[in-house]
Amino acid sequence: MPENQTGRIKGVNGNLVTVEFDTAVMQNEVAYVEIGDQKLKGEVIRVRGNRADLQIYESTAGLKIDDTVKFTGEMLSVALGPGLLTKVYDGLQNPLNLLAEKAGFFLKRGLYLDALDMESVWDFTPIAKPGDKLVAGDRIGSVPEGIFTHYIMLPFRFAGSWEVVSVAPAGPRKITDTVAHVRSADGEERDVTMVQYWPVKLPISCYKEKLLPTKTLITQQRTIDTFFPVATGGTFCTPGPFGAGKTVLQHSISRYAETDVVVIAACGERAGEVVEILREYPTLEDPRTGKTLMDRSVIICNTSSMPVAAREASVYTAVTIAEYYRQQGLNVLLLADSTSRWAQALREMSGRLEEIPGEEAFPAYLESLIAGFYERAGLVLLNDGKTTGSVTIGGSVSPAGGNFEEPVTQATLKVVGAFLGLSRERSDARRFPSIHPLDSWSHYHSIVPAEDLAFARATLRRGQEVNQMMKVVGEEGTNTDDFVTYLKSEFLDFVYLQQNTFDAVDAASDDKRQKYVFAKVIGVLKANFKFDDKDQARRFFQELQLTFIDWNYIVFGSDKFKHQEEVIDAKIKERIANA
Amino acid sequence: MRKVYHKIIQIAGNVITVEADGVANNDLAEVTSVRGTSLAQVIRLLDNKVFLQVFNGTRGINTGDEVRFLGHPMRVSASDALLGRIFTGAGVPRDGRPEIHDNMIEIGGPSVNPAKRIIPRKMIRTGIPMIDVFNTLVESQKLPIFSIAGEPYNELLARIAMQAEVDVIVLGGMGLKYDDYLTFRNTLDEHGALSRSVMFVHTAADPTVECLLVPDMSLAVAESFALEGKRVLVLLTDMTNFADAMKEIAITMEQVPSNRGYPGDLYSQLASRYEKAVDFDGAGSITILAVTTMPGDDVTHPIPDNTGYITEGQFYLRGGRIEPFGSLSRLKQNVNGKTRADHRTVMDTMIRFYADYKETLEKQSMGFQMSNWDNKLLKYGKLFEKNMMDLSLNIQLEDALDLGWKILADCFDAAETGIKTSLLEQFWPKKD
Repeated sequence: MPENQTGRIKGVNGNLVTVEFDTAVMQNEVAYVEIGDQKLKGEVIRVRGNRADLQIYESTAGLKIDDTVKFTGEMLSVALGPGLLTKVYDGLQNPLNLLAEKAGFFLKRGLYLDALDMESVWDFTPIAKPGDKLVAGDRIGSVPEGIFTHYIMLPFRFAGSWEVVSVAPAGPRKITDTVAHVRSADGEERDVTMVQYWPVKLPISCYKEKLLPTKTLITQQRTIDTFFPVATGGTFCTPGPFGAGKTVLQHSISRYAETDVVVIAACGERAGEVVEILREYPTLEDPRTGKTLMDRSVIICNTSSMPVAAREASVYTAVTIAEYYRQQGLNVLLLADSTSRWAQALREMSGRLEEIPGEEAFPAYLESLIAGFYERAGLVLLNDGKTTGSVTIGGSVSPAGGNFEEPVTQATLKVVGAFLGLSRERSDARRFPSIHPLDSWSHYHSIVPAEDLAFARATLRRGQEVNQMMKVVGEEGTNTDDFVTYLKSEFLDFVYLQQNTFDAVDAASDDKRQKYVFAKVIGVLKANFKFDDKDQARRFFQELQLTFIDWNYIVFGSDKFKHQEEVIDAKIKERIANA
Repeated sequence: MRKVYHKIIQIAGNVITVEADGVANNDLAEVTSVRGTSLAQVIRLLDNKVFLQVFNGTRGINTGDEVRFLGHPMRVSASDALLGRIFTGAGVPRDGRPEIHDNMIEIGGPSVNPAKRIIPRKMIRTGIPMIDVFNTLVESQKLPIFSIAGEPYNELLARIAMQAEVDVIVLGGMGLKYDDYLTFRNTLDEHGALSRSVMFVHTAADPTVECLLVPDMSLAVAESFALEGKRVLVLLTDMTNFADAMKEIAITMEQVPSNRGYPGDLYSQLASRYEKAVDFDGAGSITILAVTTMPGDDVTHPIPDNTGYITEGQFYLRGGRIEPFGSLSRLKQNVNGKTRADHRTVMDTMIRFYADYKETLEKQSMGFQMSNWDNKLLKYGKLFEKNMMDLSLNIQLEDALDLGWKILADCFDAAETGIKTSLLEQFWPKKD
């Protein structure tokens, strides 16, 4: 290794520090600013002549001209290995619980801890044998990690083909113990431990090929799975003005989505929202595994008052960890809340760098960075040719003023497969989730028959038209047929689109239940009811709605459920026109 | 020992530049001019140039004036002696009593580790149904009051402060009219609350830079009380003046503006203040209520917009009432499930019908014939506005919920409400 470079501070402007250096620095190289006995982490983001601009991941208070800066020669990387699950990290992968033990109530500047417990011991089982030829990402052995088998792989940054010289026998091994010794074609020999490092800004590409995502990811949210589905390995975004329920929706998805691992990136949002996850997930049971939700989660949290530069890093840290578990052959769901805050972090740095601003002062490279981030999602076939793994990315977007025409929303819409637009109109009317049923779209496959879905959509659209019309011509100017269509669309909205997150039963609706209930709803939408007047029609639908809502609160398949269904059927029969 | 510099090479806006060595970022300096001595803070370093933001403004500063660096950043005393005292944004007593120098702490300290926060679970009762029933205030919440000039936001703030069950009140006034400052002081005094209050007041006539310090001073003091286990309520008014002061400095520093002239870090700057609201694991809490006047009543203006994304909900104050639409306490579901079984249902149903009422009102104003249903809604809307929305009401939550059921029963049949049957059986008022 060459002698580490040093430099001297020549300027401080917010979290941007200008450093004069002597020989060579690398773009995106990590450097530490020394202040007293503290070292503040930073990253090179621009080089001009013999001066480099560094974004510092900490407060720059107290820095002076000519303070020393040490370059590391490494890009910003994360540690990957067994033990990531259940962890809570900041944007730079510092474990927050350990930080709290060391530093108390407040985050301490310049305190960096190991992301993984380097003393932890895992029960290692070898897979590779001496003489095997491996490439990066191939399995050397495995350890049990909670509910999963965690594979130890040939580190992703090992280029070319490597021959296994020796593998550790089965038994307990410390995470930093050598589990294999490998030799490259050129004769270079290296040790492999259970921990490997990967630069966060580069995608991990140790797989055979990317496949088309076709399987629907069941989120147990009726509006999503039925109307605007998300595919395993796909991408979606949830833009919405503040107060429209973005975070509540994301939490519901993270709790109920049928996926193996969930990585949550709380990026530049409220700390309070993360606290709910931190405090509740260790106690909530995941019905699919019987373990807690925390056992399948990794949380990256860089909340709004934490340093801005680390916010930019946090989404990359999250997606790198997601890709790592994808390499294990698992389905990973990454939820980023919110990508707008990440974009704003880019804007702040761009402003300090005095770059020529693009629209709304966002940097001109915003679009390509957003696209690059979402493109790290995908369903992949691993090197063994039979295992698949996936990363599904869902990003929330917080458009300024709730206006979807702004640059971050527009750049996101270009690259995602599903758009779940949250509307203020619906949230004001307390219609949750406030996903707009007409404006949203999805390229993926719904769990219900396409024909029924088209019919439901048409009812919603027609219902809205009638509603608009009624505002002009009044209820008395609307004929009963149209009025019934309007009532039907409202019925669909109230009993199916709306879902009560705070009710234990209604909060999650699995695909079986959705298909069953949707069929019943379609039956009502298609039914030919007979009414004497509008008041009677309104009355009927209000009552029917009530029986349906009661139904939604009953456990699927229970006796009570069947009983309520009989009540509903009787109610429908009562008004059906005799053909 | 401290070196004194006599060469100011640039004066622009409230920022002066001197050539000096060994100066640390964010440190304080004293600038002495014909107008007296003012504090100033280092905001940027470039080679041997030091940029300082002068708290009293740069009017009257001579290029030959004296700049003396103090070697530490801005600090404020954190002690019980602060209670009952009133200071300026820069921490100078405004009440003619002596300065306090005990236990000086730095302002704008680091962020709380999320792992040390707990989920807010304690409701703050205000006696105002629009808050208690519909948008419950929760300890450790940060809530802005979105308003326009002329609305009684300071009265509302004072009123909530009077009735809220907290140990310490910290009031941060930014660009406050002198009359408003006096009103606050007198109201707190009359209700015997001044002795549990600390006020940092920047009035409209004071230098802009001092305005920037008010939130940090207030919150640093609040934090020190909270760490002692106290429940602290921080009242900030008006955050729009704070944001405008930031804009002024950013433009002076030739930063690229992002949206309507505001700096690109407006969100982060506001967030680092609002995020001081916290319920500590094993200590007290900080709750923040902050007035944000919306320029031109436009909620998409960068200040209210960024604020809305940071805070845990918002109250809209219009026509002297808290608007039921848009007003939201995001933390209410943490507490309103445990108040009474019908709390959430009453809240949702009443707002839904009020929205329907507004629609009907629109139809009525366009001259359409009113159906039976419309007439029911009209009756409901009037009762709701009269009995629930009035901000001068002071009734307990339970009474307010009963009132809600009564209004519903006066206007509708049980089946028309769409309420779960089990709740109807328990709470629907029996007709005699």
